[in-house]
Amino acid sequence: MHIHALDAYHHRTSLIHRLDGRVKLVLALFFIVSTALTPDGAWPAYVLLAALALGVGVASQVGVGFIQRRAVVALPFALAAVTVVFSTPGRPLLTARVLGWQLALTDAGLIRFFSIVLKSWLSVQVAVVLTASTSFPTLLQAMRSLRLPRVLVAIAGFTYRYIFVIGDEALRLMRARAARSSAPDGEGGASVFWRARVTGQMAGSLFLRSIERSERIYDAMLARGYDGEVRSLRPPVLLARDVLAALPLVLVLVAIQVLARVPW
Amino acid sequence: MPMEPCIEIHNLHFVYPDGRQALWDVSLRIQPGEKVALVGPNGAGKSTLLLHLNGILKGDGRVRVMGQQVAEPHLARIRAQVGLVFQDPDDQLFSPTVFDDVAFGPIYAGLPEEEVQRRVAWSLDQVGLGEYAERISHHLSLGEKKRAAIATVLSMRPDILALDEPTAGLDPRARRRLIELLEALPQTMVAATHDLRLVAEVFSRTVVLDEGRVVADGRTEELLADEDLLEAHGLE
Amino acid sequence: MLLSTVNPSPSPMHIPDGFLSLGVSLVCWVLAAVGVGVALWRSREALGERQVPLMGVLAAFIFAAQMLNFTVAGGTSGHLIGGALAAILLGPWAGILTMTTVVAIQALLFQDGGLLVMGANVLNMGILATLVGYGVYRGVMAVARGRRWGIFVGGFAAAWGAVVIASVACAVQLAFSGTSPLGVALPAMAGVHVLIGVGEGLITVGALAFVAAARRDLLEPAGAATGGVRWAVLGLVLALAVTLLAPLASPHPDGLERVAEDQGFIETARDAPYEIIPDYVLPGVPNEALATIAAGLVGTLIVAGVAFAVARLRRQSTS
Repeated sequence: MHIHALDAYHHRTSLIHRLDGRVKLVLALFFIVSTALTPDGAWPAYVLLAALALGVGVASQVGVGFIQRRAVVALPFALAAVTVVFSTPGRPLLTARVLGWQLALTDAGLIRFFSIVLKSWLSVQVAVVLTASTSFPTLLQAMRSLRLPRVLVAIAGFTYRYIFVIGDEALRLMRARAARSSAPDGEGGASVFWRARVTGQMAGSLFLRSIERSERIYDAMLARGYDGEVRSLRPPVLLARDVLAALPLVLVLVAIQVLARVPW
Repeated sequence: MPMEPCIEIHNLHFVYPDGRQALWDVSLRIQPGEKVALVGPNGAGKSTLLLHLNGILKGDGRVRVMGQQVAEPHLARIRAQVGLVFQDPDDQLFSPTVFDDVAFGPIYAGLPEEEVQRRVAWSLDQVGLGEYAERISHHLSLGEKKRAAIATVLSMRPDILALDEPTAGLDPRARRRLIELLEALPQTMVAATHDLRLVAEVFSRTVVLDEGRVVADGRTEELLADEDLLEAHGLE
Repeated sequence: MLLSTVNPSPSPMHIPDGFLSLGVSLVCWVLAAVGVGVALWRSREALGERQVPLMGVLAAFIFAAQMLNFTVAGGTSGHLIGGALAAILLGPWAGILTMTTVVAIQALLFQDGGLLVMGANVLNMGILATLVGYGVYRGVMAVARGRRWGIFVGGFAAAWGAVVIASVACAVQLAFSGTSPLGVALPAMAGVHVLIGVGEGLITVGALAFVAAARRDLLEPAGAATGGVRWAVLGLVLALAVTLLAPLASPHPDGLERVAEDQGFIETARDAPYEIIPDYVLPGVPNEALATIAAGLVGTLIVAGVAFAVARLRRQSTS
């Protein structure tokens, strides 16, 4: 059985898919930085950013539902920001006594909280579209072009390749455990310590197999002339049309930032 | 007129770092164009022997490939001349895409970009995976992976192909495709295998290894007909 | 069942985009870049040509190991984050590279952690956790003088300490960004991870036991032979540095002060936070900052103290 669920890339032929990976990566980062810079409470700016994110999502043809489901991942962390509602100094809207403390829910606090949640939600949507529309090898190439250390990118390439292989091995170990337990999912019988120990042993066994595999891979690389340097072909030429396609988006993002700072 | 053997092994001894003796006084000569099968029980030393052909393992004794000693400074050249295909294709397909894997050898040989592209296209065609260049390796079936692994060494234009258990784990259809491929390839071939029907079909010469020693070396028809020999060394 | 097993649940430590200010994100990127740069340089010395395939495969292993979970109680399950294990099995520099790759791919493929804040996540889980874990491990090993129990006590303490320190760093970053005041973020983060750290410790020990039995030679990673005490000191220093940053983060910088100025509520600003920050700090210590330092110090010293105390007891009983 293959862990295809780990494949983030959804193959389509949309405009977004066909856009150069380097351009997409830079645009995504630009969007996220813009969102971070947007002042708290500048609601028109957030609406425009949301429209932009939605538009890009629709254009990518991967499905708005899919994008939103993946975006939900960031939600639990919103709990970390909830306290801002009470701790931001501002005009109190609601006060309550909880366990001896005076809690004041302020307007500034609410503004800040929603701004944080919005920034997070918008950023993660764009990240989802990026990953769903760009194959990982293309992303790796984009990172190389952005001057990330070649060794790191090479390591990431190996990781991606072998997640599926070693993941399959881990699944087989878990299925074997399930087949031998009276209850699935590692439940039932024996103490937490024993269960943790068995899990640890599976991890240890997986580790040894991984080490041995890495030694065989190194032999295979040597057999094809590997000399320790990371080499690759020149990346494909960056077409002017991809850069031109990006320009309007950049201008819109800058405009939104200017707009957000105009006192209404 | 006797041709220069392309593989010459004299009195090869090899001991693993943990003390296990893997090869005892192995001697072997293979002529260009020959297709030789290495058979024997597990642990006989078949894979170990193959790893000596391109210098990944170094034992005591003489190993010469294409007239060169398997040692520096010849290793880079020898590794392009001997295409070693590993038992588990997942060990050999280590790049994100099939293209990257097949291009690896030519890139490290320092070939110019157009030549690399040409070789990748040619190799994939040879193994029947012409459309697979942009595929991610883990999406391939085992049979496709085995053929892709062969493509990764073909792109270096080797004179010799050394294969470790080429048909292991394949279903009959994939196995048939692989056998056809092996028959079509012109290179000198050495294959370690348990698959005696493969040996009978493709390899005219068979060498039997047991516990690190060569116990028989001759024409395939004769060796495979010798039932006592087969039984004595765990083959059937 | 298998599909939910396969998609790892986001750990409460992977910060998404939007929760850290731009300034904090950039500072963390710089620190992370320095850490990764040093690791690249040092691991190349130790591992040479093997570096790339080994790191890559082991990063994949960490991913797979994170899928191995076990039920703790009812619906909750414990699972491995891996920083200390990576450091113990691979050495500090290779451990950093491996964990950095894991964190980066988690963000890229699963949106487990944001892109702009990746610097912070790499800093916490890729660098701090690894170095602190390694430091604790080497420290305990130095006291144990190479005896077997050092591996297990050290492994547990290292894993627990790594997870807790990473969570403290995360809380500090949230506080500096004005996303969550330290008085809430710190106990929440550290509290949860004190528990998660136990599970991490148990699995780490289980894995180390297996490796120690099957291939003891793998537990002496390349380039790690000397300087056990130095590493322990480094680990402790890092842990303390992180906790000492905490009080600096608590008087609510930039973001909130600006809001307060804009709204003209500077006066109320001085009172409001003190009303609601719970009294988790040590009783009888009036100054909030001092109390935070004290709490953090106590926590860190407990880790070190327990490890050394156990080491002492074992030494007495075996000599």
